[in-house]
Amino acid sequence: MSLRKSRVEMPAQDPKERVKNFKEVALGYTSEMAREEASRCLNCKNPLCKKGCPVEVDIPEFISALKEDDPARAAKILKNKNNLPAICGRVCPQENQCEMHCILGKKGEPVAIGRLERFVADWEREQVNLKPEKVETINKKVAIIGSGPAGLTAAADLAKLGYQVTIFEALHVPGGVLMYGIPEFRLPKEVVQQEINYIKKLGVDIQVNFVVGKTATIADLLEEGYDAVFIGTGAGLPNFMNLPGENLNGIYSANEFLTRTNLMKAYLFPQYATPIKIGKKVAVIGAGNVAMDAARTALRLGAEESYIVYRRSAEEMPARHEEVEHAREEGVQFLFLTSPVAYKGDEKGHVRAMTCQKFALGDPDESGRRKPVAIPGSEFDMEVDTVVVAIGQGPNPLVPRTTPGLILTKKGNIQADEETGATSLPNVFAGGDIVTGAATVILAMGAGKKAARAIHRYLQGIEK
Amino acid sequence: MYEILKNEVLGSNIYLFEVKAARIAAKAEAGQFVIIRLHETAERIPLTIADYSREKGTITIIFQAVGASTRELAEYEAGQKILDLVGPLGVPSEIENYGTVVCIGGGVGIAPIYPIARALKEAGNRVISIIGARSRDLLFWKEKMAAVSDELLIATDDGSEGRKGFVTDVLKDLLEKEKIERVWAIGPMVMMKAVANTTRPFAVKTIVSLNPIMVDGTGMCGACRVAVGKETKFACVDGPEFDGHEVDFDLAMKRLAIFKDEEQRILAKGQCGGGCGCH
Repeated sequence: MSLRKSRVEMPAQDPKERVKNFKEVALGYTSEMAREEASRCLNCKNPLCKKGCPVEVDIPEFISALKEDDPARAAKILKNKNNLPAICGRVCPQENQCEMHCILGKKGEPVAIGRLERFVADWEREQVNLKPEKVETINKKVAIIGSGPAGLTAAADLAKLGYQVTIFEALHVPGGVLMYGIPEFRLPKEVVQQEINYIKKLGVDIQVNFVVGKTATIADLLEEGYDAVFIGTGAGLPNFMNLPGENLNGIYSANEFLTRTNLMKAYLFPQYATPIKIGKKVAVIGAGNVAMDAARTALRLGAEESYIVYRRSAEEMPARHEEVEHAREEGVQFLFLTSPVAYKGDEKGHVRAMTCQKFALGDPDESGRRKPVAIPGSEFDMEVDTVVVAIGQGPNPLVPRTTPGLILTKKGNIQADEETGATSLPNVFAGGDIVTGAATVILAMGAGKKAARAIHRYLQGIEK
Repeated sequence: MYEILKNEVLGSNIYLFEVKAARIAAKAEAGQFVIIRLHETAERIPLTIADYSREKGTITIIFQAVGASTRELAEYEAGQKILDLVGPLGVPSEIENYGTVVCIGGGVGIAPIYPIARALKEAGNRVISIIGARSRDLLFWKEKMAAVSDELLIATDDGSEGRKGFVTDVLKDLLEKEKIERVWAIGPMVMMKAVANTTRPFAVKTIVSLNPIMVDGTGMCGACRVAVGKETKFACVDGPEFDGHEVDFDLAMKRLAIFKDEEQRILAKGQCGGGCGCH
């Protein structure tokens, strides 16, 4: 087979069609496409892609199995390290992880590792549904707080080692941000629940409707006989800009906007009882993946115009390239070097306009991106009737406030060792967004994996 | 699943439910709330904890069936189960021995004021309670309130029970007559605003319990934001109790009306297929 420079395209729903529905946008590879894409892999002696994977997937090995048309073996290799492959295959920023290191990327396009991962995971789920192997049980209990990517990964890895693991989840379904944050059209909830079912099959018990810090504290859990606790509560407190008029009706945090839509299925209102109000002209403040999700969701909910309003330029946008492209194809418009400074409302208290200011880019700041500088006198009004504030989240305070002795950072995140997740309290580990601040699914999974390993060593008395 | 042990009608469209929820009962304190979701397609709705029994492992919620979700909840009978129940949420009331305190419950707000009055009484305060409603058929728990109060005063708008007038009329007389250390008021937003306005000239610290629109109830979504002083607070994790003199009630009332149109749509869907409102 001749080596192709470009990767095999993945079929997607037509933008004109998909903007009217919540069905998945990217449709996935067929077996033939997957085999063809897999055949591009050079099987390097020193596979750099592996080093780019936070959960240490044996990438060349699973791709080899695909080349040999053995998806079952590929699935086994993949699931050995990654407990949530169908999720990662869809939402990981592979371009900055495994694929960034792929040698093919030097001259052409890197192997589409993420798409192959998705193919294998979907194939396995639909065709064989691998049963986890039985492991010898260890008579020790671990409590995991939060069932997002960090918690699920830590739980699965500990269960695979034989621990008795219970996950405590505050919402009524497990999955965390995978359920409430990422839209159905990017990550079908059915896929998330099926991957969680696999984790349940490993023996993990999941208790929903349980708010650690309220229903029970960490001290209560340790007293109840848990030998270790992992905190994976995520970034769960939306940031606002504290602008005049920011509490007007029609101004949502991205979390509220997406939770109503994704978790509570407001797009099926009134069949589902949770409402969401959508205007004709929607402005989303921010340009990360969450902002793209909100802007695209707004169109699907019936908005006529949906804008990304971002104070830097296109180059600095933190969202994945693919998400930005998909948003553009669907008609999302971009207002760069612009940021709101105030909101104006009507007599009923509903937002009707926002006053924006123009920015120019100055010298790089501590994040390495060029710093936006406000241009005096550049204010202008933009009519809007819905605003979604998607400028990130702070740490949720419920666990920190009720856990005396837990040392926090200046920003209120939990201070934890990067390699082990160890916190200032014995038996208590933490990882994911609650430690790092809002990041990606795969980084949270990586933290969960490292913490699971550290908890194992700790409970085996290998380390204190 | 959480079993309903009791469904009692307390007054006109006012219902009391006792629900089995041992873990929540074990931790519940005065001033806190729970979130319930009746079934798969239902909303998450916050309801204040009106009472709890650690021994029986139960909590009591009281609500007025006014919106689509509460009307639906009212139809549930003892023995049936609620799909989701989570809590206790929110910061508990600050209970200390202040001296003489006034606890005001307006309408369905009588329910959440009860555990606060009880806790204040247990902490050694002289508790004067004022309960009020539009008319006597909306009043409930007079005996329970009397049992935890040194004095119980009643006001109804139509004069069908107690003094004719508002709870604020009764409160004003009290404030003029004696030294009050602290006031708690729970009820409709207009009532809490009126109470705060009544106590302001007397400089008596006044705590109100806000009931904004909420989704997750754990700080995640920011739907429940309220302006207190110069700051934006989240009622679910910073409240639900706030200093009534600092709360922007006008904003809070506007925010409560966000989904009024949608509420009408869902009510129309649920009834006789035509929104006749006949039951």
